[in-house]
Amino acid sequence: MSSTADAALAPEPVADERLANIGLGARLMRRPEVGSLLGALVICAFFWLTTEPFGTLNGIANWTDVGSTIGIMAVAVALLMIGGEFDLSAGVMTGTTGLLMGLLTTEWGLSMWPAIVVTFAFAATVGFMNGYMVIKTKLPSFIVTLATFFVLQGVNLGVTKAITGTVRVAGLGDVPGYDSAFKLFGATFWAPHNFRLSVIWWIAIAALATWVLARTRAGNWIFAVGGDAEAARNVGVPVARVKIALFMTTAIAAALVGIMIALRLSSVQAGQGVGEEFTYIIAAVVGGCLLTGGYGSAIGASFGALIVGMAFIGIQFSGWNTDWRFLFLGVILLLAVLVNNLVRHRAEGARR
Amino acid sequence: MTALVEVRGVSKYFGNVIALKDISLSVDAGEVTCVLGDNGAGKSSFIKILSGVHQHDDGELLVEGEECRFSSPRDARERGIATVFQDLATVPLMSVWRNFFLGSEPTVGKGPLRRIDVKFAQDTMREEMRKMGIDVRDPDQPVGTLSGGERQAVSIARAVYFGAKVLILDEPTSALGVKQSGVVLRYVVQARERGLGVIFITHNSHHAYPVGDRFVILNRGKLVGDWRRGEIDRDELVKKMSGGAELDQLTHELERKLEPT
Repeated sequence: MSSTADAALAPEPVADERLANIGLGARLMRRPEVGSLLGALVICAFFWLTTEPFGTLNGIANWTDVGSTIGIMAVAVALLMIGGEFDLSAGVMTGTTGLLMGLLTTEWGLSMWPAIVVTFAFAATVGFMNGYMVIKTKLPSFIVTLATFFVLQGVNLGVTKAITGTVRVAGLGDVPGYDSAFKLFGATFWAPHNFRLSVIWWIAIAALATWVLARTRAGNWIFAVGGDAEAARNVGVPVARVKIALFMTTAIAAALVGIMIALRLSSVQAGQGVGEEFTYIIAAVVGGCLLTGGYGSAIGASFGALIVGMAFIGIQFSGWNTDWRFLFLGVILLLAVLVNNLVRHRAEGARR
Repeated sequence: MTALVEVRGVSKYFGNVIALKDISLSVDAGEVTCVLGDNGAGKSSFIKILSGVHQHDDGELLVEGEECRFSSPRDARERGIATVFQDLATVPLMSVWRNFFLGSEPTVGKGPLRRIDVKFAQDTMREEMRKMGIDVRDPDQPVGTLSGGERQAVSIARAVYFGAKVLILDEPTSALGVKQSGVVLRYVVQARERGLGVIFITHNSHHAYPVGDRFVILNRGKLVGDWRRGEIDRDELVKKMSGGAELDQLTHELERKLEPT
């Protein structure tokens, strides 16, 4: 062993022969979003060929619209999942925030813009509380946000009924500031096909999230806290802050979607958003996010949301009963999880 | 010469459990100090104090002659003490270069356009790894696909690059095979040659003996002995580590049992 000292002084770099054949194919397969891109292409081709309206501009406007509200949420949920956490209250939050904005304006006399600011602030607070509780209690976020989910669902119904006497808040269209808010959050463009502005929001948010993940310190930290929180803490990553910020991001995204939906319909149902949280999670998982955290992409989640949007509208265009979409969601989720599992085994290496 | 790190009479209690009692030790630059001990000897508690995970309850901790108390691992690192934790040092699903710079990412640009300098990070990582004798051809390769020894090398290279003066290695060879352990021991020697003070925690005297300049043995939270290289031979080390007389007794018993009757 005493010879190691001499050998150590001038170590010759040894090329690892096992790394030699990483070609473009293997390199591509390492990207989390590849599976969802292929899936999106297949589903798009299928409905494009089998139904007439799917490939028209009107049809495209239709399914990108469905994809957009799911997509904005799926991107935020994907970031949270990469950070190793879940938010089951993400769906109902779109309802809570829409209702809050509706009540602030129609019942309590605020005009639209101040109400929007209050709504975002409220969402950020709920997100903070979710994150804070998960960090402090060290309970799985699954349970903590399930509690938030039911609390909010109860509040949505209870408060709405108590104040309006019905299960909806209506009349947002008459509130001062509605028109300008609608222009930013709810409008359409490219008449007569009427693409939703939310599609632009979605693309912008997905691009921003991708940049954050790939090129910023915050992105590096998100991968690290989800991949191995202990290792991240050991090298000085502020784990609690990153996770709480992710919960807040998810809640703020939910507020954005809630406001968009409320403005475009000019009313909000008390049951809005319930059950949607699973659609977001499915979109994120189909997009290559691992349920265990530390791996995934915002682009992938967007493709996942696009798949869901295309399937919902495609099934409708095909003239099938729309209930079949749930079966479809279940099947693609299962497929995606199986593929992801394979990917993870290869990426993590068998040694661990 | 002032020692890089010195502890004087340090104790640590967890409730009514005395984890460490009156430990004194100093680490000099360019020396490998091996801290040996069986499971439960207090090795982990000891390095956790040095790395800033725990705070000592009694005694003094001096870094380059100056008394201090670390409030976090980050704090310790800023004073030049880097710890490579056994299995908690890297994030397996992240690429080698992201792991290398995790927590201290180099950035370019200002304000909202501030971003990681990916090219610099990748080049630097490859260069630093080459110094350790490892050619990372694909910087985007996930750390999880590296071997155990190479992963330790990433952590060590990272610590050295970020200006560590003292490198604490927590059982770096315990989960590795014979060949991989040899590789890691080579990194230990290399870090010493670069003038770092190395604290090498292990319960394997065969790994400690070839690389150590100094051997410290802990047993049940107490300092059993402190020898320079040459003052003690390997057999003696093993004996002291496992509580000397106890091992003699055990050998005696085993031999008797195994004797044909």
